Amino acid sequence: MALNERDFLHTPDADGNFGPYGGRFVSETLMAALDELEEIYSRLSKDPEFQAAFDKDLAHYVGRPSPLYHAERWSKQLGGAQIYLKREDLNHTGAHKVNNTIGQALLAKFTGKRRVIAETGAGQHGVATATVAARLGLECEVFMGWDDIQRQSLNVYRMKLLGAKVTPVHSGTKTLKDAMNEALRDWVTNVDHTFYIIGTVAGPHPYPMLVRDFQCVIGREARQQCLDQAGKLPDALIACVGGGSNAIGLFHPMLGDASVKMIGVEAGGLGVATGQHAAPLNAGRPGVLHGNRTYLMEDADGQIIPTHSVSAGLDYPGVGPEHSWLKDCGRVEYVAINDDEALAAFRKLTLVEGIMPALESSHAVAYAEKLAPTMPKDSIIIVNLSGRGDKDIHTVAKLDGISLG
Amino acid sequence: MSRIKACFATLKENRRKALVPFITAGDPAIGATVSLLHVLAENGADLIEVGIPFSDPMADGPVIQLAHERALANGVTTLIVLDMVREFRKTNTTTPIVLMGYLNPVEIYGYEKFAQDAGAAGVDGMIIVDLPPEASKPLTDAFAKVGIDCIFLIAPTTKTPRIEKIARAARGYLYYVSVKGVTGAGNLDVEEVNRKLETIRKLTDLPITVGFGIKDAATARLIGEKADGVVVGSALVNLVAQNQNDLPALQSRIAELMQSLRQGLDQ
Repeated sequence: MALNERDFLHTPDADGNFGPYGGRFVSETLMAALDELEEIYSRLSKDPEFQAAFDKDLAHYVGRPSPLYHAERWSKQLGGAQIYLKREDLNHTGAHKVNNTIGQALLAKFTGKRRVIAETGAGQHGVATATVAARLGLECEVFMGWDDIQRQSLNVYRMKLLGAKVTPVHSGTKTLKDAMNEALRDWVTNVDHTFYIIGTVAGPHPYPMLVRDFQCVIGREARQQCLDQAGKLPDALIACVGGGSNAIGLFHPMLGDASVKMIGVEAGGLGVATGQHAAPLNAGRPGVLHGNRTYLMEDADGQIIPTHSVSAGLDYPGVGPEHSWLKDCGRVEYVAINDDEALAAFRKLTLVEGIMPALESSHAVAYAEKLAPTMPKDSIIIVNLSGRGDKDIHTVAKLDGISLG
Repeated sequence: MSRIKACFATLKENRRKALVPFITAGDPAIGATVSLLHVLAENGADLIEVGIPFSDPMADGPVIQLAHERALANGVTTLIVLDMVREFRKTNTTTPIVLMGYLNPVEIYGYEKFAQDAGAAGVDGMIIVDLPPEASKPLTDAFAKVGIDCIFLIAPTTKTPRIEKIARAARGYLYYVSVKGVTGAGNLDVEEVNRKLETIRKLTDLPITVGFGIKDAATARLIGEKADGVVVGSALVNLVAQNQNDLPALQSRIAELMQSLRQGLDQ
């Protein structure tokens, strides 16, 4: 390993920096709310009662631990490494997102704020936020790009059934980044009584840290489950990266295990070379957006450029700042998988293992198909199956020329 | 003495308040901006804030968001914005120009280079909405070298110890954001603004301008009683949107609003 482990094990620093990334770049109105959140989180994260409440909700409401499933048939067909799937798709609400919303809802309860807001791309984080809001009786408004509303109608309806108001965002590219702009605008306006539940490991400090901490349950469980089932640590971890919360959750608890290789899979869209993608770590450069410094897709003048991915949850021009730092440190490798490869993987895993992955997670599945055959049969890959694919059936059916009405 | 300092000193001498209009560079057209800057200066502007367009203007309400979108669609770049200031300075060497924008376009330009080019073009101050004073040192150092004032915002949510910190980092003047919200918000509470201004006054000698939500002569007059200046943005940008295809009409509408604001402020 090129760098001393402490360079990436003990981040962020007191100002929320992961090396040169992260920080807190927001308008002045939000600074007080972020200071307050940082103070509350720093107190509660060390409070055994808070941790016990979080663990209890994860066990009895979310259904954790999620299984680590040995995909034997698929592994055999690929003829190399043994692939294990971390089944975050089996969580309540169908994705890893709920780990974080449970944690932030507990924080919201402590702040006494009566309203929560969220941005969402694929709708998974919106659903997970609407779910915890329903459970706690909090008012909930979810901002969602107009284009995403069209391709994720099922989740839009789920949020409405859960009592949330879904507000379409028509500005900019009408996707996740614009939903986040609008959520920030709402927060600035209603900061006195509103808690902003950010859905990924991005945004101003302390969000990248606290979302990571809540998602680390994935990697802690997976590490122990792998030791229990296979008697050793995995050789490689694979997870998709949009903002990167499921990936950081899987990776972070094993960053200190030097033998574990880690691969983050970005959305290659129509191909990184075409420019039609959402892969800032593969083809972007550092800049400042949404409160943090990180790799971004931007033009020569610093304007954020439109992204493309078949998967709404990965269709974002930035990435969590910790991923930017892990890339620069060389601890995690970041690759890209194109739309067609992800779609093929979606079909493949469904047919071979009877598990339908979300299109986001299908990017990780597709990379596992490339990597596994190059590894020995006694080696182990853990793929984070971050969400289930039911929400994507309309997208896939449309590509098949089938209308589900 | 810097143009900004001279501007506020003269105003104080004459017991007048600063009228600070805001427009977005390159809106409605690249060719219109310099002429609009002159219209503003000739109709009562003491200092002009010029927006550098950004793809993701998170602190702006719908009116100025659309201005950013129009300007970017016109192909405005940071270089073009600096060219506009240079052109304006050919015939106006007194009205301070303050650029207002987001950090990313400045960051990609390079702090040192941006400061040098902006200083050479005749820029007097810079407001970066998403750059808090804690993270601003590399940029304020670069600005200080070329005599550009870094202007910081204070919000209704800013607590006293932080106001002190911001006032220490700020140069030129302070910008008090009058409402919790985005630009163009409509929930201005004059008494609350005045209370906060009193608090800020005790902590700094810098002039204080107030912006967000000031849209007409009446609100300008009310806020101008206690503040050193008022910033009017969305109301002007609204006129730009309504008259985007007719530059002479736009110029006269802007002149009318400026004169009316000036009258309100001077009452």
